Order: sequence, then C-alpha cells, then structure tokens
Amino acid sequence: MLKFIIRRLLQLVVVLFVLSILLFAWLRALPGGVVSAMLGERATPESRARLTEAFGLNEPLPVQYWRFLTRALQGDFGVSTGVQPGKTATSILIERFPATIELSFVALMLAIVVAIPLGYLAAKKRASFLDNTSIVASLVGVAVPVFFLAFLLKYVFAIQLGWLPVSGRSSIPDATHVTGFFVLDGLLTREWDAAWDALKHLILPGIALASIPFAMVFRITRASVLEVLDEDFVRTAQAKGLSHRVVRGRHIMRNALLPVITAVGLQVGALLAGAVLTETVFNFGGIGEALKFAFTLRDYPVLQLLVFVAALTYVLVNLLVDILYAVVDPRVRTR
Amino acid sequence: MNDSQKPDQPHRGLGARRKQRIDDLAATSGTTTTVAEAGAIDESGGVGLVASAWRRLRRNPIFLIGLVITCAFILLALLSPWIAPHDPADNPLIDKVSRQSNPVPGPEPGFPLGGDDSGRDLLSRLLVGSQQTLLVGVCATIFGLAGGLALGTLAGAFGGWVDSVVMRIVDVMLSIPSLLLAVSISALAARPSQWTVIIAVAVVQVPIFARLLRGSMLAQRGKDHVLAARALGVKRSAIILRHMLPNSLGPVIVQATLVLATAIIDAAALSFLGLGNPDDSKPEWGQMLGQAQMYIYDHPHLAFYPAACIIVVALGFTLMGESLREALDPKSRR
Repeated sequence: MLKFIIRRLLQLVVVLFVLSILLFAWLRALPGGVVSAMLGERATPESRARLTEAFGLNEPLPVQYWRFLTRALQGDFGVSTGVQPGKTATSILIERFPATIELSFVALMLAIVVAIPLGYLAAKKRASFLDNTSIVASLVGVAVPVFFLAFLLKYVFAIQLGWLPVSGRSSIPDATHVTGFFVLDGLLTREWDAAWDALKHLILPGIALASIPFAMVFRITRASVLEVLDEDFVRTAQAKGLSHRVVRGRHIMRNALLPVITAVGLQVGALLAGAVLTETVFNFGGIGEALKFAFTLRDYPVLQLLVFVAALTYVLVNLLVDILYAVVDPRVRTR
Repeated sequence: MNDSQKPDQPHRGLGARRKQRIDDLAATSGTTTTVAEAGAIDESGGVGLVASAWRRLRRNPIFLIGLVITCAFILLALLSPWIAPHDPADNPLIDKVSRQSNPVPGPEPGFPLGGDDSGRDLLSRLLVGSQQTLLVGVCATIFGLAGGLALGTLAGAFGGWVDSVVMRIVDVMLSIPSLLLAVSISALAARPSQWTVIIAVAVVQVPIFARLLRGSMLAQRGKDHVLAARALGVKRSAIILRHMLPNSLGPVIVQATLVLATAIIDAAALSFLGLGNPDDSKPEWGQMLGQAQMYIYDHPHLAFYPAACIIVVALGFTLMGESLREALDPKSRR
C-alpha cells in the first residue's frame, strides 16, 4: 500500500514538473513575448527595457526557468497586472479559491445525490420509461452549453420570478467571514441568516454546474449497476433469501460504486472548467471569474497561477481517488 | 444510410491504387474485429461485431433520431445559401436599429425572427451559421483526431520509454481543465480568428484520443494476428499501420462522434469568454450565442435561437455517438 502511494506521488512530481515547463514555455510563446503582452504594442523602448530587466528576460532561458521554478515553489507567482492590480497573484487565489471550492462541492453533491439513485433505478428497470427518460435527460445535459443553462436559470428564477438572488455570493455585507466558505462561516459564527443567504446564492449556479457531473455519474452508475446485477454473487445473495436492502447495499452498490468514484475524480477538471463559465454568469467571485478577467486583461501572473492551481487540484484529487480506490478495492493494490 | 454498410463508397474519387489499399484496410478492419471478438461470435450465431452492431443500430430509435438530426444539419449547411432569404452579412434592418430605444429590431414581414443589433436578418444568420458551425466541429475533430492518432500510435506501437514520455505529456494535458487549455491555446494567437478557435478546441481533444488509441493499441500488441504477422517477418511499420491501427479504431470513431458535439459547445464557450472569432460577417452559432450575452436580459431570443440550434445539433451527435458506443461494445450483446 505504501509502495503504491509512493509510486503515485513520484508520478505526481513528474507531472507537475512537465506542467511547470509547459507553463513557462507558454508565457514565452505569447505573441510579442511577455513585455508586449503586458505593456501593449505602443510601449516606449525605455519602459520595455525596464520591464525586460525587471523580469530578467535578458538572461538565458535555463536561468529564467530556474528562477521561475524556485519562486513558484515559494508560492511567488508575481503581482497582478489587471484583475486586482498591485495584489500578488497568490493573495488573489487565497481570497477567491474558497468560493470556487464551495460552488464545485455543492454542484458535485447535487449531482451525486440525484444521479446515483437514478442510475440504480434506471439499471434495475432497464429499458423502462424511467430508464429511457433519464438516459435522454443525461444526454441533453451534455448537449446544453453550461453557460447557457446558467443564463436560463438566472433569467427564469432570479430575474423573472425573483425567487433567488441574481448574482454574487452574499447579500449581507457585514457577515463575519472566518474560512472564506460563506455557508460554513455562517454556521460557525451562528449567523444563521448569513448561512441561509449564502446557500440561496449557491442554488442556481450549483444546479447549472451540476449538469456537467450529473450526466457522467448517472451513466457510469447505470452501466456499472447493470454489470454487477448479472454477477453470480448477487444471484447467490438473493437465493440465500437476503432482504432487498441488504443485497442492494452490501452486494450491488458496494461493487457498482467503485467505477463511480473514479468517474467523480475525473469530473473535477470539467467541473473547474464549468465553474469558469458559471461564475462569470453569476458574478460569483471565485477563481473562475478571475480567470475570465485575467484572460481579457492579459494578466499573466494571475493566469499562470490559476491554471497551475486548477491542474494541481485535478491531479491531487485524482491521486486521492486512486488511493481511496486502493483502500476500498484490494485488487488494485497488486497492480 | 447505406454508406455505413458499404465502406468503399466514399472513396470513389481516389486513385485506384490508394482505393485498393483503403478497401483492404476497411476489409481487414471488419474481419479482424470479428476475429478479435471470436468468443462473442458463438453467442450471437456467427454474426460479426460490425454486422450485429449495425443490425441493432437500425432498430435503435435513439440512434435513428441522432442520425436524422445529423443528416438534417449537414443538408442545411450545404443548402443554406439558397434557403436563406437574405445575405447574412447584409444589414437591411439597419434603419430600425437605434442605440437608445431599440437596439434589436423585432420581427416584421420578410424577417420572421427580426434582426440582430447590426440590423442583419436573424433567420438568415441562423441558417447560414450552420456552415461555420459544421466547419468548426468537423475541423476541430479532424485535427484533434490527427494529433491523438499520432501520439497514441507512437505510444501504443512502441511501448517502453516512448510510451512513458508520450503518456506523461498526455497526462499533463489532461490535467489542465479542458476549457482552460483551450483558452490558453487561443491566447497564444496574436488575434483570434475562426482558425484559432478550431485549433484551441482541437488541442483539447488530442490527449483524449491519444489515451484511447494507446489503450486499444496496447491490447492489440499481444493479439494472435499481430504475433502472426511479426512471426512472418512483416515490417514493423506495416504491422502498426495495417494490422494494429485499423483494429484499434472502433472506440476512436465513437469518441470522434461525441467530440463533434463537444467541439461546437467548446467553441461557443470560447466566444462567450470573448476569445471567439471577432469577424462576424460569416456567422457561427457559438459566436452568435457569445455575442448575444450583451442583450441577454432585454432580448433573450438573440441567445435563445443559436443556443437551441447548438443544443439540437450537439444532441444529435451525442445520441449517435452513445448508441454507436453501446452497439460496438461486445458486452452489450448479451
């Protein structure tokens, strides 16, 4: 088990190393280089020279890369030039990341809570009306652009009906914030109205974002339950006269959910990408929204850090998933 | 509909020798897939995987709906210049556009859906928009497929350290969320255009295709027909290109069908983020949807029509791809 974890950690280091090279190369491949990208086409030669000097762009590439790497390892990705000028990229990340985690978590929970039972029922009643409807629904979910769904939900439920807030994360400006997760903050400080308010802000973006993992989790659950239902041990359990509940919980779901764990892990990337779009529609204030601004304003320090963190999150979550998988399913460890 | 039964039909225009080779490929891919699934043949009464897949697809309403949508979309893209009542770049309604009171002209005789914010006929733009949308989907898929094919073949055919190096690069590409990767790629272009959108969307698909192909190539390496070819002294390149690659294409084709849908959706997302093609003389649905966000609360129909078109077409490709996947999966033959 320990060997397995160590091997996976080594792979992680390699992936992160390649990623850092790619990010470094990407910044240097930008049209006109970093300096033009930051100063614009019409910068004076003096200011260009000053910036080139300041960024050490006149030194050999390996030296530049080494400095980039050592600074990045210390969490220093430079100062924002567009999103929140003057602030370090790292502080922007720390300020905004909780919002994205909160939103992605709510979306993932929504998707899991609906998709897994639905997947089980659909598989159990294969080719029934419920099965066909939910398959089509999951396929429609794939076909709808997530930002359009977000707009639609916002237009109907926030603007036309006025049931839920239109944008932002909170409408209580003086709520106390401890962790940056607004719902959790409200619960911790016992400001129940603040927690409820933050939760209401999460519903619409959460549903919109949930459409991405929902389709995948539903389909994997259905396919994997179908497979397990045919296994001999399920028939044996039923023949032994075990109750439906026990067969469902101990025999079917415990085995069928293994691939679902992996699928959820792989959805993290799609979830973060969807968060960029959803947050933009709802002005949610997470890293997704910051990414959009960073691209429009060509704020490269922030961009680099956020892309790196998004990839790091994905890799870490999938590492955890793999380890979890090895814990749950002993067959994996030996491979 | 008969095309998928006769694999030689689309290649009529090619030179005779090449045609012969492609026919051989198509034939070997059909028969050896059957050999590879030898165990399954007995169960389904001696019918090959492809034939039995087609037999089931023909009766699958989900596949047929997808096929109808796809065919209608392609037909529309081909015929739209003649169907569209107006030139999509022309602005006959420009007099009706006023920045303060009414930026978007409403419907009137001859303009059933009204105009857009530049006074151009919305219906014509939607109809002709199918062309660029099809172009984005098809080109992005082909480029992504080509890149993935190259990397996946390299990794799967050689194995060893080539495999390790290629797959680490693929892992890194996969670890960056797809949209962020697309956005990073399109930021590399000095000025965005239709082609930067296509390339950005295509690059995202490269690692997925590469992984898929590597997996099925690795599975092929130990198969009897490959071992037999190696024992006969067939050249390595020939083994890879004629024996392993054609037999690994099944899942890749399924994926390509699905990618047609995601490419169109991703292109729309890029436009939404302001990285789309700024030149709107040739309309594209994703671009129209992205540009409509300015008016989304006052004139939601501007966003609704292109979005509906994208959803229907993406659904068509997805329905087709998913039912293909299920039909080609030997496990679902039970």
